Amino acid sequence: MVTCWTACMSLAIECRQLTKTWPGNPPVEAVRGVDLQVERGTCFGVLGPNGAGKTTTIEICEGLVQATSGDAFVLGKNWGTQADEIRQEIGISLQETRLSEKLTVLETLTLFRSFYRSGMNPEDAIAKVSLQEKSNARIKSLSGGQRQRVAVATALVGNPRLLFLDEPTTGLDPQSRRDLWRIITEFREAGGTVLLTTHYMDEAERLCDKVAIFDRGRILAIDTPQKLISDLGAEHVVVFTVSGESAAALKDDFGISLPGVISVRIESEHRCLSVREPHIAIPALLALINERSLRLTSLTTRQATLEDVFVHYAGHRLTDENSGAVR
Amino acid sequence: MSSSWKMHPVTQLFLARFREFIRQPEAVFWSYVFPLVMMIALGLAFRSEPMEAISIVVQDGEGAELLAETLRGSKSLIVSSGTELQCRQQLRAGQSELIVVAETNNSAAGYRFVFDPTRPGSIHARDVVNDVLQRAAGRQDPLKTTDVAIAEPGSRYIDFLVPGLIGMGLMGGGVWGVGYAIVDMRIRQVLKRFMGTPMKKPHFVAAMMFSRMIFMIPEIIVVLLVSRFLFGVINHGSYLNVMLLIVLGAFEFAGIGLLIASRAKTLEAVSGLMNLAMVPMWIGSGIFFSAKRFPEFVQPVIGLLPLTPLISALRQVMQEGAGTIAILPEIAVISVWGVLTFAVAIRIFRWE
Repeated sequence: MVTCWTACMSLAIECRQLTKTWPGNPPVEAVRGVDLQVERGTCFGVLGPNGAGKTTTIEICEGLVQATSGDAFVLGKNWGTQADEIRQEIGISLQETRLSEKLTVLETLTLFRSFYRSGMNPEDAIAKVSLQEKSNARIKSLSGGQRQRVAVATALVGNPRLLFLDEPTTGLDPQSRRDLWRIITEFREAGGTVLLTTHYMDEAERLCDKVAIFDRGRILAIDTPQKLISDLGAEHVVVFTVSGESAAALKDDFGISLPGVISVRIESEHRCLSVREPHIAIPALLALINERSLRLTSLTTRQATLEDVFVHYAGHRLTDENSGAVR
Repeated sequence: MSSSWKMHPVTQLFLARFREFIRQPEAVFWSYVFPLVMMIALGLAFRSEPMEAISIVVQDGEGAELLAETLRGSKSLIVSSGTELQCRQQLRAGQSELIVVAETNNSAAGYRFVFDPTRPGSIHARDVVNDVLQRAAGRQDPLKTTDVAIAEPGSRYIDFLVPGLIGMGLMGGGVWGVGYAIVDMRIRQVLKRFMGTPMKKPHFVAAMMFSRMIFMIPEIIVVLLVSRFLFGVINHGSYLNVMLLIVLGAFEFAGIGLLIASRAKTLEAVSGLMNLAMVPMWIGSGIFFSAKRFPEFVQPVIGLLPLTPLISALRQVMQEGAGTIAILPEIAVISVWGVLTFAVAIRIFRWE
């Protein structure tokens, strides 16, 4: 076991060459060499498709799963020797926990509070997630969004310095998602560190100071959302549809040769061009459409988002796997 | 936070279990009403009544009428008559225990008894009829005997049954209550969520055990009270010893429930395992009939089943008024089971 350098004391989480292989036939290599550093007081997002190793990685950091090899330090402490101290200082919300439906919100939080040496009043934890009115309601009677807020409250009740949230907003309605974003933002503003996994790019862009894009047990990219977008080399996306006799026969990479176009992809009936300079690419595109005697039926431009970064990486993966079968 | 014991994890985990239990009316109903219904039904079915008169049949033929007359003189016999075919029919159908046939050889009166020697009722009927006929023929008994009739509470079937049902309740409650609850919590990922907190595992296990013991108390009290007032079942021993055995039994079966649930991932799996563990005890541990009825060579195995010593000790206390010293061997076996299952369960327990 490697000891923690002084540098990692300032880190909330540091993972070095983490691997995890689940036994089985065949064994599943869920995590294959992950290096991760989460600075204190920041919000770190882990993105990636299902089965990318996000949950396994976060659960190694939570001390729930033992890594096959590599080291995970949490708040400068080691899971091997200081597990109880780490648990006193972290709060977690698993991807799926069904809390006892027969208990009330207050009873549930009082139970969780009893596990910690110090923390906040259960009532205060309920107030943090704005569920005061439901304090004496049984979990059974709560909506999905309210249950998720209770789950986050159980993570907050021990006054953690580090919060782990595994897909906190999956399956929630827009208002509930906003409620949770507010809770997470408030926690961070009070100096806490957050590690969250999510499927939603808008969520990551909005909440996270840094994101890591996971795929097949590895990190493909890790940086601030802005940097990842600008690294695409194209900060704009031109989205268009065409019709006409030869429209059906167009190749998937139609438009790739135009000036300023970095990449091309198809999203259902839309064709998306990632471009550096729209004022050069768009006239060229219109000329090409005209030349092929196609009819332009829609054209919009927008700023590139984390979604485009994700699709950029995920798209590569799909192409690799299914030899060109682009959706 | 009002006081420290109230915010102790064991207290809070216990309260959570307790609330989950009482907020599930059907669970409360089944755990408290089922043993009661069972006791009342069996108590009524096997109530002790004076032995009924014995039905016998006299086969038609020479001397049959005289024979029937003689037998009707006895109050303990119900006498009918019929042809040989009818007699056989009655015997087969269990309407009569015995066929009596008058035989006259060389003027000396004689009788033939036709019966199935594997039927205890038939053997008894044969002896009674023989007695009546011999006495009618003038037999003098060389010894003088007197019968003293007693009906002492403690010796009836219901007195035997109640300790058995208490043991069965402790087994079912412990194994189901703990086993099912734990697998349910594992499926809901609650155990895993708890592992993400500083909760200490022994606290969790202790809370499961305490809650089991507390839930057990009303169940036992209800069974004891109803059996007392409905059937006059009296505890001949000390209530402290009964309590001691109940606490030990609850502990023992909570351990067994914990062990059974320690790795199971589905409710189907844990149900199968629980039945597998309990069926031998339902049959072999003497809930409804004495375990001594099984052949000699299986006795050592039966004696070591977790339920056998518990029921045996409860009977010794309640029926015979045995003291703590007398039941020490049983207490030892129960305690070993409890400690062993807890130790193994905690070692192999799967939290997620």
